Amino acid sequence: MYRSAIYDEPLLNELVSSKKEKIKPLGILPDSLKRNEKINIPDIDETQIVRHFHHLSQMNYGIDSGIYPLGSCTMKYNPKICGEIASWDGFAGTNPYQDVSTIQGNLQVMFELERMLCEITGMDYFSLQPAAGAQGELLGMLLTRAYHGFNKDFERNEIILPDTSHGTNPASAAMTGYKLVELPSTKEGTVDLDVLEKTLSEKTACFMLTNPNTLGIFESEILEISKLVHDTGALLYYDGANMNAIMGKARPGDMGFDIVHLNLHKTFATPHGGGGPGSGPVGVKMKLEKFLPVPRVCKNKKDYFFDYNAPESIGKIKGHYGNFSVLLKAYVYILMMGRDGLRESSEIAVLNSNYMKKKLLDSGRYELPYKELRKHEFVLSCEKLKQEKNVRALDVAKRLLDYGFHPPTIYFPLIVKEALMIEPTESESKEDLDRYVDALIKIADEKPEIVKNAPNNTPVKRVDDVGATKKPILTWNMI
Amino acid sequence: MRLIPNSAIKNTMLEEMGANDIEELFSDIPKKIGIKKLDMPRGLSQQDTEQRLRGIANKNKSFYDIVSFLGGGIKPHYIPSVVKSISSRAEFYTAYTPYQSEASQGFLQAMFEYQSMIAELTGMDISNCSLYGGFTALAEAALMCTRINRKKTFVIPQNISWEKKSILNNYAKGQGIEVKEVSYNIKTGKIDLEELKKHVDENTSGIYIENPNFFGVFEDKVDEISGIVKDAGSLFVVGIDPISLGVTKSPGEYGADIIIGEGRSFGNSMDFGGSSLGIFACKKEHLRQMPGRIIGITKDTDDKRAFCMALQTREQHIRRGRATSNICTNEGLCALAAVSYLSWLGGNGLEELSKINFEKGQKLAESIELIDGFEGMFSGVHFNEFVIKCNKDVNKINKKLLRNGIQGGLVLDTWYPELKNCMLFGITELHTDADIEKLASALKEVSHV
Repeated sequence: MYRSAIYDEPLLNELVSSKKEKIKPLGILPDSLKRNEKINIPDIDETQIVRHFHHLSQMNYGIDSGIYPLGSCTMKYNPKICGEIASWDGFAGTNPYQDVSTIQGNLQVMFELERMLCEITGMDYFSLQPAAGAQGELLGMLLTRAYHGFNKDFERNEIILPDTSHGTNPASAAMTGYKLVELPSTKEGTVDLDVLEKTLSEKTACFMLTNPNTLGIFESEILEISKLVHDTGALLYYDGANMNAIMGKARPGDMGFDIVHLNLHKTFATPHGGGGPGSGPVGVKMKLEKFLPVPRVCKNKKDYFFDYNAPESIGKIKGHYGNFSVLLKAYVYILMMGRDGLRESSEIAVLNSNYMKKKLLDSGRYELPYKELRKHEFVLSCEKLKQEKNVRALDVAKRLLDYGFHPPTIYFPLIVKEALMIEPTESESKEDLDRYVDALIKIADEKPEIVKNAPNNTPVKRVDDVGATKKPILTWNMI
Repeated sequence: MRLIPNSAIKNTMLEEMGANDIEELFSDIPKKIGIKKLDMPRGLSQQDTEQRLRGIANKNKSFYDIVSFLGGGIKPHYIPSVVKSISSRAEFYTAYTPYQSEASQGFLQAMFEYQSMIAELTGMDISNCSLYGGFTALAEAALMCTRINRKKTFVIPQNISWEKKSILNNYAKGQGIEVKEVSYNIKTGKIDLEELKKHVDENTSGIYIENPNFFGVFEDKVDEISGIVKDAGSLFVVGIDPISLGVTKSPGEYGADIIIGEGRSFGNSMDFGGSSLGIFACKKEHLRQMPGRIIGITKDTDDKRAFCMALQTREQHIRRGRATSNICTNEGLCALAAVSYLSWLGGNGLEELSKINFEKGQKLAESIELIDGFEGMFSGVHFNEFVIKCNKDVNKINKKLLRNGIQGGLVLDTWYPELKNCMLFGITELHTDADIEKLASALKEVSHV
């Protein structure tokens, strides 16, 4: 069982003090730019630096520490080989502006990865440029605008999204200047076709959907949804955060989606690195190809090359060719898994999720609003615990830390009260799933004061998140 | 080797659940769209995968195979083993965004230290804990200016990277922000102040300059520019090369409101241009309009110091369509490399590194300018990048250099037609005197042909 180390680790400037000092300015610089004062960063011995960060790492939970079932985040095991290969000089030591004859290996990786992603999703073309899922969405919105603009369809200024959508969806649409229209879900937790039909109009630019949705429910009426959307001339956008549920089982391209983004740092096992770097490639159908960012990676008889010749392209969304190191890790992962491994991943991810869901439901401690069959994740409600014992989802999450587990995502999606959103992934063993289920059941039966005072086995006790906003202390100079 | 533990016991699990087979769990996918299998090869073993990738890597030439003098922002820098060791700690490397602060104190503290150092470096009050890269950081800064002062014109110099410009335009368009370009002085390589004054008015949300700029030249009229910005009631956004700040003034000292930059050179590999690290710092009065994640200090229930994500109400997972940005995943691991790198260098080390880069830049330029047919294009003082005008076709020169095992400078005329046969050279502490010598003698040979 995971136990965090507990240190009272000082800040680097408390470890070794440093003060403002005058320095001799560099003579040749223009006077207006000469630095007169040393940068106030402490000079620390190497041993101390290593111990400092080592201590910090021991107070941090990663997927290598244990189960990490954050819903919608697909925290699966990151094979070590992927990171090792990405660190080779032959890849990591290359410059994006090098002569193309000296980077044929990189271009091959990008070219083949694009083909692989097309096959997995059923799309025609991919851009590997976006740095994260949210940037993929932003690109998707830019492509939507370019497409309708090209068709002189300038009145389309609305994006429709379900009330279960990820927060990035409305944020990306708003950043692109679109008006947002939110759809209430049905009692089944899915898209309401009648409401959708009424909401769609000649003003609709795009409908953004996650499938399976954030409740983990597959939108079985997807073909009807697709028809409704396309009949009004709008586009259908696929948020690929939940792609881990359906690899080798179904493809967004076949469901009628026009634009798809994937999160390589979720589905394709590249590490999250405490929040990034990620990668959010965007796939499109043929009709949108000409708007994709430049450059595209192409191949003639024997060589790969960059193609910048795309007059209708939206231009660039991210510097160079995206987060290449992440692309490379995903490429290695897909090569290793192959067609059967990818399908097996999704099958077992769905099996694990439904297995946990069943056990937790059978325990009678938690409720599962909406439809029962789920895909790779499911969302429980702690509303009963709240009513009976005033124990909230937040309390349950914090108490899980005492058991040595990372909590699930909480309070999302917003339509489930006191939500625990659990996504075990295919990486966990049955024993670990059982232990997690047992912990959740035990917690539900514990005295409320124990749960509400958790956690106790962590480097700090329950943290006052609100305090950091009320009186912000954001650098060591502000302390 | 197995990556999926429950594959072997799936039937036992299904039985326990009362399900017949796996397909039952996928019965909600309509038959019409279900597929049997993907049209791609079976998986490779780890050993075969590694061998295949060795073959692919061998088709590349890294900086260690051919010495490169490419300018344009991405250059190789020395990465101490300490940095690699710290940023490959799996507890950091395999963690998610630190939503659960009690289980993420280590990463949160490291990010707080990163923010503190970036603030020191830039002379700003606050920093976030990374954006995607220096390019999108500019785009986010432009949007932030409009959020702050509701004005809708953002002014940039003509001589910034074309990629950055394209990204900026893509981000700005949706908010109805017009991007205006100010030309540069063809002699000095610096922004044209008279032109700048003409472009700035009461609708200007922000004015952006880079120091050093895309041509490597220092913009030294910063006090005048700052005055123009203040007179217009606008905001001053400055793009930095963080390594240059060891010897140059923090833009905070000359009135910058927002500072952005590419931080890759702090302990991260070139990685073919990505990953990258977007530096974003600003004055504290603009805190609530800032994009991206910010880490703060608070207390736990025992009144002990604790770290957590601060001001989350600006972010998309809370505010959705009204968030300050759509960013969620950032470049946390690159920021971790940066903070460990800066710790290793310390203030003294950074000053020394900055000096070395500056001096190598002067040395390389002098060596090239001594050769017939090559002259410095701009008169402004430059850092470790600079533009050289050649009297021959630069593409041909680069081909010849390549045959001598050298990657020459970045050809500029594709994006700057006025800079025909000009190249942007770059150098860092990793280049030896022998490398400079090698380039100089190859260029001499080229010029005689």
